[in-house]
Amino acid sequence: MKIPGSIVTLLVGVLITIISLWYGQNHGLMPVAASTDAKEVDGIFNYMMTIATGLFLLVEGVLVYCLIRFRRRKGDRTDGPPVEGNVPLEILWTAIPTVIVFTLAVYSFEVYNNLGGLDPTISRDNAGQQMAHNHMGHMGGMGNMVAMAGQDDVALGIGLDSQEQGVKPLMVDVKGIQYAWIFTYPETGIISGELHAPIDRPVQLNMEAGDVIHAFWIPQLRLKQDVIPGRGSTLVFNASTPGQYPVICAELCGAYHGGMKSVFYAHTPEEYDSWVAANAPAPTESVALALPKATSSMTEGEYLAPYAEEMGVEATVLAQLKDHAATGDLL
Amino acid sequence: MTIAAENLTANHPRRKWTDYFTFCVDHKVIGIQYLVSSFVFFFVGGAFAEVMRTELATPDPDVVPPELYNQLMTLHGTIMIFLWIVPAGAAFANYLIPLMVGTEDMAFPRLNAVAFWLTPPGGILLISSFFVGAPQAGWTSYPPLSLLSGKWGEELWILSLLLVGTSSILGAINFVTTILKMRIKDMDLHSMPLFCWAMLATSSLILLSTPVLAAALILLSFDLIAGTSFFNPAGGGDPVVYQHLFWFYSHPAVYIMILPFFGVISEVIPVHARKPIFGYRAIAYSSLAISFLGLIVWAHHMFTSGTPGWLRMFFMATTMLIAVPTGIKIFSWCGTLWGGKIQLNSAMLFAFGFLSSFMIGGLTGVMVASVPFDIHVHDTYFVVGHFHYVLFGGSAFALFSGVYHWFPKMTGRMVNEPLGRLHFILTFIGMNLTFMPMHELGLMGMNRRIALYDIEFQPLNILSTIGAYTLAVSTFPFVINVFWSLFKGEKAARNPWRALTLEWQTASPPIIENFEEEPVLWCGPYDFGIDTELVDEEETVQTLIADAAGS
Repeated sequence: MKIPGSIVTLLVGVLITIISLWYGQNHGLMPVAASTDAKEVDGIFNYMMTIATGLFLLVEGVLVYCLIRFRRRKGDRTDGPPVEGNVPLEILWTAIPTVIVFTLAVYSFEVYNNLGGLDPTISRDNAGQQMAHNHMGHMGGMGNMVAMAGQDDVALGIGLDSQEQGVKPLMVDVKGIQYAWIFTYPETGIISGELHAPIDRPVQLNMEAGDVIHAFWIPQLRLKQDVIPGRGSTLVFNASTPGQYPVICAELCGAYHGGMKSVFYAHTPEEYDSWVAANAPAPTESVALALPKATSSMTEGEYLAPYAEEMGVEATVLAQLKDHAATGDLL
Repeated sequence: MTIAAENLTANHPRRKWTDYFTFCVDHKVIGIQYLVSSFVFFFVGGAFAEVMRTELATPDPDVVPPELYNQLMTLHGTIMIFLWIVPAGAAFANYLIPLMVGTEDMAFPRLNAVAFWLTPPGGILLISSFFVGAPQAGWTSYPPLSLLSGKWGEELWILSLLLVGTSSILGAINFVTTILKMRIKDMDLHSMPLFCWAMLATSSLILLSTPVLAAALILLSFDLIAGTSFFNPAGGGDPVVYQHLFWFYSHPAVYIMILPFFGVISEVIPVHARKPIFGYRAIAYSSLAISFLGLIVWAHHMFTSGTPGWLRMFFMATTMLIAVPTGIKIFSWCGTLWGGKIQLNSAMLFAFGFLSSFMIGGLTGVMVASVPFDIHVHDTYFVVGHFHYVLFGGSAFALFSGVYHWFPKMTGRMVNEPLGRLHFILTFIGMNLTFMPMHELGLMGMNRRIALYDIEFQPLNILSTIGAYTLAVSTFPFVINVFWSLFKGEKAARNPWRALTLEWQTASPPIIENFEEEPVLWCGPYDFGIDTELVDEEETVQTLIADAAGS
């Protein structure tokens, strides 16, 4: 194997390193990071982009070099040198990916732990209780089970348990249905199609799905969690930058899956207070208006109708919901 | 040389074109049947993809209704995986393994024919689901969505997959037995071509994982038509259990789709670079390592669903570890090219295309293994871009490389090189233009499996759609080339590439019983340059033998 002069190799190596380090930090591919957690995820992405750029340039460089340098000349019927292997070289190129992968795994573990992915009260898969629920759900009919899921004791998701840290989080109940998100704020009684939360205060989403699997995703927070019928899941986050961010359903949930969107308003605390003041239902008759007594007997379409305009749900989607409610008796 | 080949075949009956429509037990006929039928499905799946990309050129769902979009998307995925790439791997294995190990046919020829004839009904069943409302829950068919949207379409999807799954298992039994038991006596495991190693690894993976998919599908079918509640949360079932069972097969399926083509690349590169493969054992064992690790990474598809934290960490580690054997392969292929005498024909161009695009797919693969990052990009176009780089830039490029490499052996005619180069250039540009922008779309926030999206994503989607049209155009030179070369191509010698594996020691196309007499191992499969005269000497000897047989 012919290796180019060591000085050239060194120069190429330095050049590739500089380009990789620069591109890894300046690729600008990610959207705004609206929380400290998101910045950590970006950190690991930048790290991976740096390594990936280096490896990409190395391998593609070798390929292009071979393509030019080692072309067969016309009429040359001879063979190349019979090199069958090179043990030190093979050990080296096994060791390098192993070390890279090892550092990456440790770094990912660290970030994941910081995001609260290993927090025992949030990310557990509480199998025993889950089974008990299923059993009861099976005996008592479906309504029972769906009502019981989504409690704190069956939680899947990520985010540090802020209650244990002594901070009272803003609790929001999230329900995903075809094709809308419904946010309920137990503290204030507000029901909304949009998520409003103040910055710099932990927000805990207690999520459940009404029909099929959905996935709650806010790209600017780099957070995603499936919302699975029959199981509760949670997400805890702490937004740091005020703004409007999309809330997206990431798991295929039906024909209008692409239209299942909402907005997350990360308010300053003052803005948030004024939003609460303007939207909180008055304790008397407007509650009755906003929350008809017999919600359980209504289909989701009917239940949603008063909110449809406010949420930006189109009439076609609503009609689709009604059809679904009529035909989807399986659930 | 040419005269010798003609003499050889003159004394032997040839296959008629009608044989290809019968229950013929000749492995070569079955190989061609697999290859041609898989390409028919490639064009169907490709047409679906073009409709989808046309829809995605604009943010609104204006070309096809969203229900139809989801049906096309489901069938595109299913067809490309189960009816194109997997059967195309089986096509090469069927055609080449008996020739490479120097035997007359597969270990179980009738089983082989049965395996093939399960595939077309599977495909027809799948496409006929359009008459009853095609499945629209994606190729993953997660319940409860798959239980809600169109019962009979979903049921046909299940039946079709059970058929092609059975076909795959039967084929794997045959490949393993043939490789382990039918080699000529001089060929030990370490002197067999690397394609055989790759198929050994693939077949073991098929045998271990495919039955689990069958189990998942049968249970889903019970939920669908018998009203049981294995996966239906309404009756107390758990949809996450389906995901575990499904991915226990469908992650290994990724390796079932790529490992045979790693084998193809290991055959193509040494021949056209005129060098021994660099690190034979490293490449052979890394295939086995990939197939073992492939069995313990499935939950990385479920990082955002019902997976506890510690389990995500385990699957992150195993997934990242796969980068090591894969990296060994990439570096070994580069080592083989280094210092070679590279003949840049169509087969080699596609091999270069394979290496450069698979590299990108592999790098993004390590990225999505990292749990915190995957939580952001899971179910987005980043993932769509990633796996198309692996499966189109990887499997499909290697598949085309293999088609150009073995076309002379299979048909007895050379391909048209200018058309092959045009095919490569259009495919390479089209592939990168289609799938590269998807990475950025996913990072920005475009989720997958949607017929409508935000206006801010439109510019990159237009690029991607132009790329998809380029890919559609790229198939024309390919199809023209195949038909033109089949009838008008230059007659191929028995060994036009001066390769050393056994399949090149017989006539092109091979006679019905493969070899005149049991072939002899002259040297290892990749001993190029060890004795520079070896190849030419061998040619002379073969010509003499053939002349003697012909006269």
